[in-house]
Amino acid sequence: MLTCKDFLRELSDYLDENLGGEARTQLEQHIAACPNCWVIADTTKKTIRVYKGTYPIPPEVEARLMQALERKTAAKEPK
Amino acid sequence: MTVSGLAGSDETTLVAQARQSDATAFSELVRRYENKIFRLALHITQNREDAEDVLQETFLKAYEHLDQFQGNSKFYTWIVRIGVNQALMKLRRRKTDKTVSMDEQFDTGEDTLVREIAAWDEDPEERFSRDELGRILDAAIQGLEPLYRSVFVLRDIEDLSTEETAQALDLSIPAVKSRLLRARLQLREKLTRHFKRKGDNAFAYL
Repeated sequence: MLTCKDFLRELSDYLDENLGGEARTQLEQHIAACPNCWVIADTTKKTIRVYKGTYPIPPEVEARLMQALERKTAAKEPK
Repeated sequence: MTVSGLAGSDETTLVAQARQSDATAFSELVRRYENKIFRLALHITQNREDAEDVLQETFLKAYEHLDQFQGNSKFYTWIVRIGVNQALMKLRRRKTDKTVSMDEQFDTGEDTLVREIAAWDEDPEERFSRDELGRILDAAIQGLEPLYRSVFVLRDIEDLSTEETAQALDLSIPAVKSRLLRARLQLREKLTRHFKRKGDNAFAYL
């Protein structure tokens, strides 16, 4: 039987779905029987999810980047 | 050729053209990755001005050193590596990263990283406005030691594989894995303070 400590060690691979077969079944059995580990798995999964939003680059930042690159590439332009 | 004409071009071709000082090809590479580099710079430095500097320095450096790109990794991994290095350098230079000394407890096992166990709502983020949520997420990630933060950003926000993250940060695969687990658990802990279901507490599960 898996302990909570074993479960925690495997948590990342479990959430990333890197575990197959026996290892995954054992973790699933543990979660089903252990409310604390279920909460840890669920809240860690949600932690990853809330950070996944996109932050598009602001247009003025992009414009300054392109200007800087233009100066650079102009200097390196083949003669 | 215009930049838009290159939009469907294969990356290897673009890199080869950029190496021949083809500025248009390089601009297309920049266009593909600028969002990702800016986002990771923002997360690692936690400062908008620094992130912009990192963004510029990363692409200028990449252009300058294109001949050093071996082509045995993806261009993206190569550029991420430059970006992360620039961002971490920025942090070191600033030396105001107050979190560095706070994380000595990281040397202990994973089980000590779980203190509070309380269920969250199905979509806990919906309780907060966009701005509030942004502040909560920033504050939590800011509390991580820079290298843990970098691993989390590359793996979980930028979706790099464990191998690519290891390459970008010059870490072994087990080191990436253990830092990722700790970063995830530490963030979970910090977010639990905001996201736990109202009226819920650990004792409900014991």
